[in-house]
Amino acid sequence: MQSRSSSAVAATPDQLAAVDAAISRLATMRGACLPMMHAIQAELGFVPHEAVQRIADSLNLSRADVHGVLTYYHDFRSEAPGCHVLKVCRAESCQAMGSEKLEDHLCEKHGVAMGETCADGEVTVEPVYCLGNCALSPAVMLDGKVYGRVSAERLDALLQRAKKSTGGQS
Amino acid sequence: MSVTIYVPCDSAALSLGANEVADAVVREAGSRNLEVQLVRNGSRGMLWLETMLEVATDAGRIAYGPVTEGDVASLFDADVMAGGEHALRLGKTDDLPWMQKQTRLTFARVGVTDPVSLDDYSEHGGLVGLKKALTMEPSAIVEAVVASGLRGRGGAGFPAGIKWRTVLGAAADQKYIACNADEGDSGTFSDRMIMEGDPYVLLEGMVIAGLAVDATEGYIYLRSEYPDAYVVLTSAIERARAAGWLGSDVLGSGKAFDVHVRLGAGSYVCGEETAMLESLEGKRGIVRAKPPLPALEGLWGKPTVVNNVMTLAAIPYILDQGGEAYAAYGTGRSLGTLPYQLAGNIKQGGLVEVPLGVTIRELLYDFGGGSATGRPIRAIQVGGPLGAYLPESKFDTPADYESLSAAGGLLGHGGIVAFDDTVDMSKMARYAMEFCAIESCGKCTPCRIGSTRGVEVVDRLVEGKNRKKDEALLRDLCDTLTSASLCAMGGLTPLPVLSALDHFPEDFAKSE
Repeated sequence: MQSRSSSAVAATPDQLAAVDAAISRLATMRGACLPMMHAIQAELGFVPHEAVQRIADSLNLSRADVHGVLTYYHDFRSEAPGCHVLKVCRAESCQAMGSEKLEDHLCEKHGVAMGETCADGEVTVEPVYCLGNCALSPAVMLDGKVYGRVSAERLDALLQRAKKSTGGQS
Repeated sequence: MSVTIYVPCDSAALSLGANEVADAVVREAGSRNLEVQLVRNGSRGMLWLETMLEVATDAGRIAYGPVTEGDVASLFDADVMAGGEHALRLGKTDDLPWMQKQTRLTFARVGVTDPVSLDDYSEHGGLVGLKKALTMEPSAIVEAVVASGLRGRGGAGFPAGIKWRTVLGAAADQKYIACNADEGDSGTFSDRMIMEGDPYVLLEGMVIAGLAVDATEGYIYLRSEYPDAYVVLTSAIERARAAGWLGSDVLGSGKAFDVHVRLGAGSYVCGEETAMLESLEGKRGIVRAKPPLPALEGLWGKPTVVNNVMTLAAIPYILDQGGEAYAAYGTGRSLGTLPYQLAGNIKQGGLVEVPLGVTIRELLYDFGGGSATGRPIRAIQVGGPLGAYLPESKFDTPADYESLSAAGGLLGHGGIVAFDDTVDMSKMARYAMEFCAIESCGKCTPCRIGSTRGVEVVDRLVEGKNRKKDEALLRDLCDTLTSASLCAMGGLTPLPVLSALDHFPEDFAKSE
């Protein structure tokens, strides 16, 4: 854990203030470890490594306990993602409707594989195992919104629109 | 005169542009000086027709679909407000064959009402079950649920009433109701649809469960992949508290019950009840050894009813109409109705609630209309990623607990994923092992290590250098997973793997 902390980018004072605000807001909640991480990630897009000690202190847990929670769950990121987060469903229903082709398309046309962020920092692609939109497979989630019956063309249009909103290149 | 137009806010409808349709309706009506009352309802479950717009007319609600943003102007040109003719006009919603063939007990209000409207809920039969329960002894509520024959809809199928009886009999200063809304199985979305489309039926079911076992607090463990459901649930809980349906004095009875929502964080195994309890407590979602049963030592060590969303949402009907009324539906020991979900490569995907015992073929063809691609359906997976792959020869199996089990499968949460004849079943078997490796909580060795070894053995088997030996090894490994895993994650992963191998051996022998 030592090496992880020392190699990671230090959080800015603003980020630390957001971490502290989330922790103090939820400090009296029972079993607040996950809710705190969700609150921090909702604010910052990730959970900075400095948050681990602070959550541990607040909840009277060991740093190892909190680190364990943070790294156990697929949702939580320890580093900032791209401007947009695209989750592509890899589960059976979407496979039955060709979700693998979407993964290939993202690699070939956008140069980004699952779990990676594209070179311009615009889009992070993450796998997800079911979005509950299985009657309209394949499904993706872009910045928290679900899209159904996603073809390669529709995906390009979604990404283009998202990138425009952040001033990125299409 | 104002006309009511319904545009669903279900996230499946949103995924095809329902919000844009709703905006266009308001815009068009405004530009034509027409008075429209827009209601965002749940979905009727005909998801292939989303966005399905409905108009309230004297003759009943008229449906149009699938409507896109660009169709809205032409709908108004065709006098949609009076139910006018249009290429997308489907007819009266209640008369559509998809609706006619269903028995909607749990989903009675979904798609009909505004999901968060308290008035809509009570005007459409809501709260009747709860009001009855408030006049009953806890044991009488439990016995009504026992009489209904309702079994756990999350997949395990354990009789709900028996579980409640155990919790009622446990002495403790605090008990809990924990609702499992971690609907992680691919091909399932009924929990999501009820939480987005009729959240109060779930809350009512939880309050009744609380009255039955003397619990005053409930938690809904909702998967983070359902952000829209989270918004609807939190809004519904706030409104229910303000109206006195939840809180320290439920409907003026002097009895207390409150509900909290907690979000998961993308872990499939947290749908296993003990891992879910760990996660609710703010820990890693690691499976607990049983015993002790959660009914005796559950959330924070207290007696806890852990039920799936569908189980709890079936409760208000049972208390309203009586356990026997519910048990009048279904077959054998699979009583009541089940909201089945049709997914994957299916032409008419969606949700149908019918009595247990309907055959897979009826679901796939009468409701589903065959594959989406128009090719033959070669395989289906019933019951999520831990369910068996079944070939066409098994399609006449009734989709109930016992029949599917006898056919080598499991009913699970009632989701059916269809695959056409382009599917490579060796890839699906490999994926089952891969998924187990990704999602294993890591507590027990067979699941944690066996899943990774499983991927490797499937790869070698398909490579075909020593087929006989590798097949024997794969079967041996599956036997270890089945027999020695701590929970269903490792214990049932062999089901999709071996069913694929048994029913579709040719897909594993392509290198020959």
